Amino acid sequence: MISNQQNTAITAAPLNTAIEQKAILSYRHAFMLVLKRDLTIALRHRDDIINPLLFFVIVITLFPLGIGPEAQTLSRIAPGIIWVAALLATLLSLDRLFKSDHQDGSLEQMLLSPHPVFILVLAKIIAHWLITGLPLIFIAPLLAVLLHLNEQSYGALMLTLLLGTPVLSLLGAIGVALTVGIKKGGVLLSLLVLPLYIPVLIFATSAIDTAALGLPYSGQLAIIAALFFGSLTLAPFAVGAALKVSTN
Amino acid sequence: MTSLAKQHSATLTPKQASELTPVLISASKLTCIREERLLFDELSLEIHAGEIVQVEGPNGSGKTSLLRILSGLSQPYDGQVYYQGQKISHCRENFQQNLLYFGHLAGVKGEMTAQENLNFNLALHGSNTENSCEYLALVNLLGFEESLASHLSAGQHRRIALARLYQSQAAIWILDEPFTAIDKQGVASLEQLFIEHTKRGGCVVLTTHQDLISIDTTTVKKITLDYHCDEYLDNEHADGDFKEDAE
Repeated sequence: MISNQQNTAITAAPLNTAIEQKAILSYRHAFMLVLKRDLTIALRHRDDIINPLLFFVIVITLFPLGIGPEAQTLSRIAPGIIWVAALLATLLSLDRLFKSDHQDGSLEQMLLSPHPVFILVLAKIIAHWLITGLPLIFIAPLLAVLLHLNEQSYGALMLTLLLGTPVLSLLGAIGVALTVGIKKGGVLLSLLVLPLYIPVLIFATSAIDTAALGLPYSGQLAIIAALFFGSLTLAPFAVGAALKVSTN
Repeated sequence: MTSLAKQHSATLTPKQASELTPVLISASKLTCIREERLLFDELSLEIHAGEIVQVEGPNGSGKTSLLRILSGLSQPYDGQVYYQGQKISHCRENFQQNLLYFGHLAGVKGEMTAQENLNFNLALHGSNTENSCEYLALVNLLGFEESLASHLSAGQHRRIALARLYQSQAAIWILDEPFTAIDKQGVASLEQLFIEHTKRGGCVVLTTHQDLISIDTTTVKKITLDYHCDEYLDNEHADGDFKEDAE
């Protein structure tokens, strides 16, 4: 390290300037900071993006092979298959949400930062959705073709995925936060999280089925939207509390 | 808990005129229990501005637990921690603005470069990121700014995290084994930084198994945790005991 005189020169400012210094960060700034960091890490560590997507594609392509190519059967089960595959793909990727941060100590630093944990956690969850949820939405219509999904259902499929996959990330984050301190929390995580996913699954597939019959499906969409906004506002609090318990 | 004999003692040696400076952080009657073992109980302490406090004790005696409780990361079994007379749970934001905690885990991401890691750490705690290059130079990482942290050595990892100390405006520094994996020159430089920090009215709470070189040990307040946990001795990885050269 360089000579001590230099240290003095830089650190000699008295500590009471701290207040002015600390005003730099707004909530938005903190949010963007964590979001950008998580996206940078994911882009440099591409497995995180590719693995869930590949899983999603493989699971869905296996069904026509196993069940047979009859269009009628496939289009009947298509909504369920796509959604179950989306659930499992999300579950597969959830583990990464806090685990690596917990292992290298950055989670502690985040909990000790002066920013509200809510903002930091929300940024992490949204980054997770951008990495895993969003690619699923883009690739889902292609896979729907493979399953002979009814033409009228494409709109419903896209809308339910758009509203539903963030719910999966948000609710899943609570489970991850609770199990992050446990060495082998994988099974426990699925036990905790999958039951919470059931409402999303029921209403999403129901909306797609209703759309196939040419009926309005706004009711189901409204319920998924309610789940989305409910979890968007409440889940980060739960995650913050769970993380504090896990790092205790 | 009665079966657990109180085999510990917490000895505080107040030094010189420290009573005149304000109390930054204090704790009353802390009790910590880990895995059914009583690590310390009824531990009260006061840390004044301008003090360097060294927490001492054998492996597994609860040094890390104490530091985590003081920083608010862990909850004590019993007792309270106060920041300037207020419970830390009641003034979380204010307390955390004035706290710098450095644990066993450096909080450095292997996927990010040294510069990005430092900038993130600084910004996360609300510090200015403008001169972060200079701070990396101060910890001897000049030329490694653009290297991914995963390509750097263990010591360099810790240096990335420690670079934050040079910028920190926080008054309370809680440092758990800050000298782990740091070379002699680095240790000396850090010690100098601690002295500067206390002169500016901050306090430093640290644990280390190394002898302090340039800090006058008579000015260091010591907290000794000497609970003897015979059957568990030296088996505690969580304590992060760093063996530099296995002899």
